[in-house]
Amino acid sequence: MVNEVCLRTLDLDRPWLLEQYQSRGGYEMLTRILKEKTPPEEIIEEVKKSGLRGRGGAGFPTGLKWSFISRNAPGQKYVVCNSDEGEPGTFKDRDILRYNPHQLVEGMIIAGYAIGATQGYNYIRGEFWEPYERFEAALKEAREAGFLGENLLGSGFDFELYSHLGGGAYVCGEETALLESIEGKKGQPRFKPPFPAHFGLYGRPTIINNTESLASIPMILKEGGPWFADIGVKNSGGSKLFSISGNLNNPGVFEIPMGTPFSELLEMAGGVKGGRKLKAVIPGGSSAPVIPGEQMMDLTMDYDAIAEAGSMLGSGAVIVLDDTNCMVKVLERMSYFYHEESCGQCTPCREGTGWLYRVVSRIENGQGRQEDLDLLNDVAARIGGRTICALGDAAAGPVAGMLKHFRDEFQYHIDHKKCLVGAG
Amino acid sequence: MNTIEVNNRAELFSPQVREEIDLWVAKYPAEWKQSAVMAALRIVQDANGGWLTTELMNDVAAYLDMAPIAVYEVATFYSMYELKPVGKHKICICTNVSCMINNSDRVVDHLEDRLGIKLGQTTEDGRFTLKEVECLGACGGAPMMQIGKQYYENLTPEIIDSILEGLE
Repeated sequence: MVNEVCLRTLDLDRPWLLEQYQSRGGYEMLTRILKEKTPPEEIIEEVKKSGLRGRGGAGFPTGLKWSFISRNAPGQKYVVCNSDEGEPGTFKDRDILRYNPHQLVEGMIIAGYAIGATQGYNYIRGEFWEPYERFEAALKEAREAGFLGENLLGSGFDFELYSHLGGGAYVCGEETALLESIEGKKGQPRFKPPFPAHFGLYGRPTIINNTESLASIPMILKEGGPWFADIGVKNSGGSKLFSISGNLNNPGVFEIPMGTPFSELLEMAGGVKGGRKLKAVIPGGSSAPVIPGEQMMDLTMDYDAIAEAGSMLGSGAVIVLDDTNCMVKVLERMSYFYHEESCGQCTPCREGTGWLYRVVSRIENGQGRQEDLDLLNDVAARIGGRTICALGDAAAGPVAGMLKHFRDEFQYHIDHKKCLVGAG
Repeated sequence: MNTIEVNNRAELFSPQVREEIDLWVAKYPAEWKQSAVMAALRIVQDANGGWLTTELMNDVAAYLDMAPIAVYEVATFYSMYELKPVGKHKICICTNVSCMINNSDRVVDHLEDRLGIKLGQTTEDGRFTLKEVECLGACGGAPMMQIGKQYYENLTPEIIDSILEGLE
């Protein structure tokens, strides 16, 4: 069960073209829905049955999210796709946009039909020019074929879809920051509630889903929710795109069933480079706490297994670290990232991420003090749960994991003013 | 809201730039022209050799009926806008974790040596700027960099040399 959903056309010559997508049944599901006037409730019910959970990282059930929209409320509603892929280690949505953009377009139109929206936006990160061009070309083809615009295939249903390009800000991957950004503002997250389902883009009811989530919809409806659910395991329906990178022979994107043993994924990625020893794995993007390599080898890639090990599956971004890496340096780089990307709105995050970075940095550079280890945990604890969005938690999360599993390396840096790794 | 009064909107920017901005304005509800500000800034920046002046930002504000401060907020918040002159080729190097553990330091060192500048600087002849950036979402090809709209992956000093030699 490899490449069965979002990457199912990857073996084709130029899978991003409409004609190629249609050669694999592309737009058949949308056509059937429009012809048969499938009741929207049935679509939402099927998505619920599939067990699909938000693939951007939060893992919120997609069908449930859709059901929060009051479909018959008057006025415009919006479908927004989050292609602002920026969680360090994640590079899967880029491949969906480049290789299977039509399946995303089809998924977004169906989502619009299901919630009663006639307008959609796909927020693509500004650096993704090639993926943006592929998506734009797909929109053009879809429009010409009558899948976008007014009165789709004579059904009476209208749907229009546009891209919005980002400008380089990690925080815009947070759904309400993303909405602010589409509105032409700096991307600072909104306080919730109200949630986007009630007050979203331009103050209208809005659903925001990740690229992979929306691109999964046509296959879920075609084969049925239970089909999708059964690919995966309990609480983790379906297959998932894993972006695996780091010290590997063959890093890349692999679409495999949820619940696949990590050891199998590692093998697909060609194993650790140079035959070196697996030291640690960050299993769900840099915001996910690190897991020691030995423990990781016994885990399966699904929400529950990774959560039970004290981390999170997140966006499915797996960063593999071999034994030549200094974990203090790795944490220093991650802390710098969150400090750099904090939007500055909430004091605990704006100030706390700076504290985390400066303290880890001084440990890394031989200036650490014994009390710094407690200080790091203390600062992290004072950020977590005290901010409007999850960026603060994301910055705090890795700290506790690193200190729990690799405290000896931090201690060595403080005691010897140099690195344990490579010190012999 | 303090917007700038303009007598003749058609005199702002070149016809090509206006046409491109108008395509973006048309994507959003009529009362939300502001939604096009990110695209407008990018288009204007590209037409101005890769950076934004205060005058250009004011023009964008006037064109989209926005307060200048609202445009400055956007231009300073997002990392892809440049408020100082940059080289003809802006080289953005990712140094985040996946690239770092695949020797992005070596990429930085090589580019700094070859161009004789540090990160954040521009060569005297105005051809190259080096910029450190956060994860660009291409970790499978680490270490990587972006020049203009193009991604370059699996970099080695030799590959970097051939890329630079291929640039105008």
